[in-house]
Amino acid sequence: MFNFSYKTQRYLILFGFLTIPVVLSLTFSYYPAISLLYYSLTDWTGLGWDMNFIGLDNYVEIFTKPEVFSTLKNNLYYLGGGLVQVVFALYFAVILTGKLKGRNGFRVALFLPYVLHSVATVIMFKNVYHMEYGSLNTLLGALGLDSWQQSWLGDKRIVNFALAFISMWKYMGLNMVIFIGALQSIPGDLYEAASIDGASGWQKFRYITLPSIRGVLELMLILTLTGALEAFDIPFVMMLGANDTSTFVIHTVNTAFKYQNFGLASAMAVVLLIMVLLFIVIQRKLLFREGRSE
Amino acid sequence: MKRERSIAMTIFNYFTLAVALFVVFFPIYSIAVGAFKTQVEYYQSGLALPDNFFNLENFKRVIDIGDLGLGFRNILIILAISVAGNIVLGTMVAYAVGRFDFKLKKAIMGMYLVAQVIPMVTTQVATFSVIQSLGAYNTMLAPILLYLGADVLQIVIYLQFVNSIPKDLDESAMIEGASLFKIYRSIIFPLLAPATATLIILKSISIYNDFYTPYLYMPKQDLKVVSTAIYSFIGPNAAQLNVISAGILIIFIPTVVLFLFMQRYIFAGVTNGAVK
Repeated sequence: MFNFSYKTQRYLILFGFLTIPVVLSLTFSYYPAISLLYYSLTDWTGLGWDMNFIGLDNYVEIFTKPEVFSTLKNNLYYLGGGLVQVVFALYFAVILTGKLKGRNGFRVALFLPYVLHSVATVIMFKNVYHMEYGSLNTLLGALGLDSWQQSWLGDKRIVNFALAFISMWKYMGLNMVIFIGALQSIPGDLYEAASIDGASGWQKFRYITLPSIRGVLELMLILTLTGALEAFDIPFVMMLGANDTSTFVIHTVNTAFKYQNFGLASAMAVVLLIMVLLFIVIQRKLLFREGRSE
Repeated sequence: MKRERSIAMTIFNYFTLAVALFVVFFPIYSIAVGAFKTQVEYYQSGLALPDNFFNLENFKRVIDIGDLGLGFRNILIILAISVAGNIVLGTMVAYAVGRFDFKLKKAIMGMYLVAQVIPMVTTQVATFSVIQSLGAYNTMLAPILLYLGADVLQIVIYLQFVNSIPKDLDESAMIEGASLFKIYRSIIFPLLAPATATLIILKSISIYNDFYTPYLYMPKQDLKVVSTAIYSFIGPNAAQLNVISAGILIIFIPTVVLFLFMQRYIFAGVTNGAVK
């Protein structure tokens, strides 16, 4: 190709450099999303390629049988945990952006859980939550708080909190570091000017910090929301969704691969996809509305 | 008065940090000490330090029975191929999109953006049938294909770098008669190195951590990766908390080491991605 004119080379580069990535994206993102729509209208079992078109029957089943949507209530625990975690992340980001000795060490330490292997982390918590020999109950016993000891994974009222906590434990540091990045891009003289005007720490946070990181904050909330809807790993690895910990995605995966009902599972995936897209559109709309009024 | 308040604030901040550190490190501490204990010791000694830090019996057992060696070997192969391919494809897209104007440019960027919005986990049911019809089911090709494609974050980070490389460099190379491919290979690709370092680390961590893909697409025994190996190990061995602790510790080590040495790159990538 070295003797071609730059014009020809340009075509060759564009064609050669973009074909594979575009094909990959079409094959593994777009085609599945579209075929999902089609499968959701069939009774495909996932075995072989026989399938009959059954119209909206799968959707009717989803919206009439309560057990599908009842799993969504378990996703709420992850949403709640996610919101609490965003608050903590923001708090630690603010104090670790200020003048504080050892702040870099603290950042590294609090971020650490995010890089730990996810399955191993869940299994680690399985050891921590173990009823008789788990380190949490051992610690409570050693502190004389025997009455606080719980069957963390056995008690239906507690288990989902225990699982959502793992997610908080893992992602708090990530969100904190993202907030730190946003906080550092706020010009320092804004705070100096506010100090001269006699603003308190809280006022500075309320009127300078919060408005400046609004975009990141909104992004974080939408990620928390979609992340909660898509919660899967933690309850699956820990409990296989047993003991009333099944989330919407676990239910979908089981419907497809355990109960061999790909059609119904596809319809459930489409419903989830629509919910996620809906939240994203709502967030975008809110963003644009703000943009226009400013 | 004001000074006292700010001292009180500082004390409060350190106190909350201490609590956070305790919450982060308590679970890690408990498996780190547990990993060196014998089974009887584990059940009797609570949170105390192990009697013997040279008791490596648990590590031997988990590597042996838990197929961790196989898991590490397989994930390394998958990582090497998919990360290398991913970086090559990502830089190529960034070069093509960043340096040339063409009709489909907007469409391609839009394509990456929308693909990001489609949650992978929801479309798995359909992706599964694609993988099956490609004959990639139960082979290493399945995860490699799925990890290969660039995501929008990667393209955005690369594009920033490409745009910051002066076009004069390309032009003077062209005056000397360099081909466009040579410009990509000898100018653009090397100058993207800092972004590449960040992306290699982030991508490696996310692939190493991924459970879903290998679990769904490679159930075969000898294709176990670290995630699926430890997952199937806990099934029948649920009682042996000390051996499981050793396994967890081994699996934690690679990404922790990577993180401690490459913090700068990881933090840069994480912040860069979100602020955009």
